[in-house]
Amino acid sequence: MNGGYQPGSSPLHRAPAGPKLCALLVLATAVFLLGSPWWLGGICVAVVAGYGLARVPFRRCLRMFRALLLFALVVFAVQWWLVSLDAAWLVSLRLVAALAAANLFTAVTRVGDLVAAIERAAGPLRRFGLRPERIGLLAGLTVQAVAALSTIAAQVREAAKARGAEHSPIAVAVPFLVRTIRHADELGEALAARGEGDTP
Amino acid sequence: MIEFEGVGHRYGDRVVLDGVDLRLPERRVAFVGANGSGKSTLARMINGLVHPSAGRVRVDGRDPVREGRAVRRRVGFVFTNPDSQIVMPTAGEDVAFSLRRSGLSKPDRAARAAELLAEFGLDGYADHPAHDLSGGQKQLLALCAMLVTEPDVLVCDEPTTLLDLRNKRRFAERLEGLPQQVVLVTHDLDLLGGFDRVVVLDRGRVVADDRPEAALRRYRELIG
Repeated sequence: MNGGYQPGSSPLHRAPAGPKLCALLVLATAVFLLGSPWWLGGICVAVVAGYGLARVPFRRCLRMFRALLLFALVVFAVQWWLVSLDAAWLVSLRLVAALAAANLFTAVTRVGDLVAAIERAAGPLRRFGLRPERIGLLAGLTVQAVAALSTIAAQVREAAKARGAEHSPIAVAVPFLVRTIRHADELGEALAARGEGDTP
Repeated sequence: MIEFEGVGHRYGDRVVLDGVDLRLPERRVAFVGANGSGKSTLARMINGLVHPSAGRVRVDGRDPVREGRAVRRRVGFVFTNPDSQIVMPTAGEDVAFSLRRSGLSKPDRAARAAELLAEFGLDGYADHPAHDLSGGQKQLLALCAMLVTEPDVLVCDEPTTLLDLRNKRRFAERLEGLPQQVVLVTHDLDLLGGFDRVVVLDRGRVVADDRPEAALRRYRELIG
């Protein structure tokens, strides 16, 4: 889930966030329970059709599928080497179906709607002392964090490259870690400034 | 009105603020000083992000430590780095996020956010990924996210440090037009033209407190 909402007015965009999230959870569970590559292949085709229905721009689809394919190929190779060819097909198809569906979900769902849906669903937990708005916010921040961490990673890689240290894991990992911790610290302070730490 | 009475603060053994007494009824107030002079710490105390180790702070008679929630409803805070202030993925959602507890319906929150974004020249960016905006746009977004709750006081901690000259001017113009009391922490002395009062800090103490021309003369002497 890369947090990239793609504005649109397709039926998938108009569908409420709660049922969409439930459908995603059911699909993610199903792909891990199904043992037939044919069924999994069918789900992948259905997800691709979902991209068509949502009219997600071709360039974005291409970018996502390229990254997904690379990841799936690595997983496929490792599974084939360590387990078997059948297992490699199963695991790779499961990952492709689940991740492509999650990406489609973020493309057609505003994070604000997702947060509201989770808050509504978590409403009954209030009687156990949990605060649904915190749970919703956590979901929203998780999605947002992907974009924020990608920006930090790109800047750190660029800085390492400028110093001719792009192949040094330490030159990338240390500043990334430091900036990530600082970002978390600053985000916490910003949330406090916006009254998020206050009890209602 | 913002009041500091004998305010002190320490980080471990390091004294950051020492016996600061200020009453700030003016509409435009600036804190200036070298790095580590304590100006950001002082500003953070206004909405309770930092608690004083000694003395007390009051915002319209309320204590930001004990009545943090009430104070934060009145005081908006804009940070140096807008990237750390953006909480939601798109610009519209980030501004609407500030209204979560306003009692407004979701469509009303979205409409209010879109209205304010348009007012700040960000119309058409409501569905835009917030992290993909330019530095100046992000800082304006951070300002919108604060102003949408209509605070009485706006504290800005070096908000133009990461901006280029054009965006700095745009931000300063927006700030100038605000009806709120503004407390600005800055190194950028060009921003202080229309200010009513400038407080100069050095090693945790107030060393000048005057109209901009006089206070800045003292500041320039101080930094040599």
